[in-house]
Amino acid sequence: MLTAIAIAVDGLGFAAWLFLSSVGLTLIYGVMRILNIAHGGFYALGAYSSAWAIGLYTATGSTTALTFLIIPLAALAAGVVSGLIVERGILKFMYGRDEVLMVLVTYAIFLILEDVTKLIWGTESYVAWQPAFYFGTIDVFGIPYTVYKFLIIAVALIVGLVLFLGLNRTRVGKLLLVVIEDREISGALGINVTRFFTITFVIGATLGALGGAITAPEISVSPGIGAEIIVLSFAVIVIGGMGSIGGAMLGAIIVGFARAASVHLYPPAELFSIYLVMAAVLAVKPYGLFALAESRKI
Amino acid sequence: MTKSLDRTELGLIIALPILICIAFVLPKWIVNYVQVSMGTGLVALGVMIQMRAGLVSFGQGLYFCVGGYAAGMMAKFLGVSDLFVLLAIGILAAFVLSTILGFLLRRYREIFYAMLSLAVSMILFGLLSSTEELGSTDGFNLPTATYLGWAPEGETARLTLYTITCIVVIGCAIALNRFLKGPIGYINEAIRENELRVEYLGTSAHKAVHITYILAAVVSAIGGVLWALALGHVDPEMTNWTTSGQFVFVSILSGIGNIAAPLLGTFILEIVRVYAVEFSPNTWQMILGTVMLLIIIFLPKGLWSLLTRKKKTKQEKLAASAPAAGE
Amino acid sequence: MTTILETRKLEKAFGAVYAAKDVNISIDAGEVLGVIGSNGAGKTTFVNMVTGYLTPSAGEILYRGKSITGLPTRDITKLGICRSFQIPQLFLELPVIENMLIALTIAKQTTPVLFKPAINPALEAEALALLARFKIDQYADQEITTLPQGVRKLVDIAMATVAEPDLLFLDEPTSGVSADEKMDFMRVLIDALKSTQTAVLFIEHDMEIVEAFSPRCVAFYEGTILADGPTAEVLEDPKVREFVIGSEFHRSAAEPKKTKKTATAKQPNKGAK
Repeated sequence: MLTAIAIAVDGLGFAAWLFLSSVGLTLIYGVMRILNIAHGGFYALGAYSSAWAIGLYTATGSTTALTFLIIPLAALAAGVVSGLIVERGILKFMYGRDEVLMVLVTYAIFLILEDVTKLIWGTESYVAWQPAFYFGTIDVFGIPYTVYKFLIIAVALIVGLVLFLGLNRTRVGKLLLVVIEDREISGALGINVTRFFTITFVIGATLGALGGAITAPEISVSPGIGAEIIVLSFAVIVIGGMGSIGGAMLGAIIVGFARAASVHLYPPAELFSIYLVMAAVLAVKPYGLFALAESRKI
Repeated sequence: MTKSLDRTELGLIIALPILICIAFVLPKWIVNYVQVSMGTGLVALGVMIQMRAGLVSFGQGLYFCVGGYAAGMMAKFLGVSDLFVLLAIGILAAFVLSTILGFLLRRYREIFYAMLSLAVSMILFGLLSSTEELGSTDGFNLPTATYLGWAPEGETARLTLYTITCIVVIGCAIALNRFLKGPIGYINEAIRENELRVEYLGTSAHKAVHITYILAAVVSAIGGVLWALALGHVDPEMTNWTTSGQFVFVSILSGIGNIAAPLLGTFILEIVRVYAVEFSPNTWQMILGTVMLLIIIFLPKGLWSLLTRKKKTKQEKLAASAPAAGE
Repeated sequence: MTTILETRKLEKAFGAVYAAKDVNISIDAGEVLGVIGSNGAGKTTFVNMVTGYLTPSAGEILYRGKSITGLPTRDITKLGICRSFQIPQLFLELPVIENMLIALTIAKQTTPVLFKPAINPALEAEALALLARFKIDQYADQEITTLPQGVRKLVDIAMATVAEPDLLFLDEPTSGVSADEKMDFMRVLIDALKSTQTAVLFIEHDMEIVEAFSPRCVAFYEGTILADGPTAEVLEDPKVREFVIGSEFHRSAAEPKKTKKTATAKQPNKGAK
């Protein structure tokens, strides 16, 4: 029974973290048809800038409460700056190229971002645990959990809701759905597709950075976290169906619970279980749960 | 068409004695790099033959690792150190695994192929990283290879392994060159261009992709065995996606035009890495990334295309002067 | 004449929309058959079903008396049914000769060989001869991307013939060919095919071409067959004139009538309005 509760709470926690980290990836793919490996780089930038800023701030001895402002600000700064540079500086010139080629381009950008991170913050680890324990812990049937974990779950829900409402209830969101449906016709209708791409990419990058920033207090931020998250995010969005935000949420829950279950039941299978779930899903639905099969007209 | 085929094979055959001879002439450290890069070069070849079909494998490290670990486990648990047995076991393991996984992967194309190949390689990564019997993330060591009962030591052992590596790698390269010029190789190019037409011409694209996938796996496993024996060590990093990414990098860098290009590309990369890491350890990946972007933008067919470009322009001129009809 | 292809009550539904309904067509060995119908009438859907690209929702396709319904495209090709495409499906970044060589390699593939060269001088000569038959051998070394549409169409058709099919579908062979060249284009094509005793079904929008090249004609309308019979009769059919030809085809009305028949199609069609 206790294990079941632990799996449920941890599963939700993992799911929230995975959703935040991968929703930007699926958004960018949905709109721009770019499978953005550099997403891992944005995640790392967010995590580093958040951990670094929290470290600087707490060194002054001020109240930890304000770090909850620092986290989103760090994510915003990291995401907007790096997202704009990457989109305006490189991707802009490659729109319309083959999807596989774009994977290679973003892989190259990922490699560059890895070293940018190292050049700015060095190769040592950053630990910024203060926000994670600020609200203390609460007991769930006798198992203590940090309140921060539930905060991340709340943030994930809010981000999901905002994206859903933003896409379906606002004018800009509806225009974006039109762009997703048919890029060429939207252009012909006078929609500024390029600007939508820029905005989408920056939002996607910022979401990636937010995923990193919000996780930073719970982990030790060190080189390699970007490479790690990109694989997990791939699994999440492939399970759900690439380009679908609802799919990312479902994928995150499936992967999150699979991971929590193996952590509690059979720890060595932790990474293994995620891909096993993914393989099982794809064996039944080859392009993910929420994907529509496309047929070519001849 | 048929002439250039002979030239590549001839070049490889001529290169073989030269390669073996340099072991006696050049300093030991360069020879070591040649040997190591021949192992990883075979994996790059595996990536390259799939690229001919338009498929980018971001998980070729899987079979590199399968080869290395299969050989390593054979040595560790059964005490076998015979190179030929280890090679055979590496090939067998890769063949069986790729035959099974091929049924899943052959259904996918483009980015899905890239992602799924990455995912399956990370399954092994996860598995090996948490298996303590196999040294978890540290991996384990391999013994010095023996050859049908002969157990050389020291300098002799080094030169023997090197010579055999050269022969095996050149042999694989020639075999793959023939494969690319053979029916399946041709069909692969057609699949890259237009899979629908391939099916309408009356052959199974899935089958061709499956065969290519198995062949790429086997070659990568051979590379893994040779690499592991050269270094005397294996670890899960072999199947991490960042390792696979480097094989993709080499294929992009050298292009898919010629079978020798990835081998050469791997060696150059290995040498450049030594200096780059020495000179400025935190900018190596940045250099890789930048070079990759420049190649994609300015030399989409890879560095090798610089060598063949002259011939091409002549052909294009001829083509342009041909009369255009239907106008 | 022996019937080589027969479809019985062939049907394809996409949701509630019928792209084809109650399609019964039989084709004899060696005959030339023109298919007319406006866009979306179900002509290409019919070809897609027979060649295995689409699986019919209902009905049966018999080839030489045996059912081929639902077989994959590659198996149907191997049985001797080939097709060309409305939009040429070629290997764009390869030269014409390589396109043909790939087609030949696949057609001649019997047992899989991995390490034997696929191309030899004899095969190249064969490819060139095929191109010459369609009078496009002068483009052999050009990449497809550099070719005008008309040449691409011919390459596409040439590739469909390398397996020496018994039945060949041509999906709008003259689309993309300029109006004053269409007749000559079709002549080259039909002459090239006549030498092989292949049954040819071609989809065409130009009634003059249908009149000139196909003794028999089938008219499609909204997924059903409106008329099927000798071309002259079908083109005179009032329903065909109303729903398919429209006001565009005045020529035969202005000409002295040969045989004015108002007979409806040979086969009854329930779906026609």
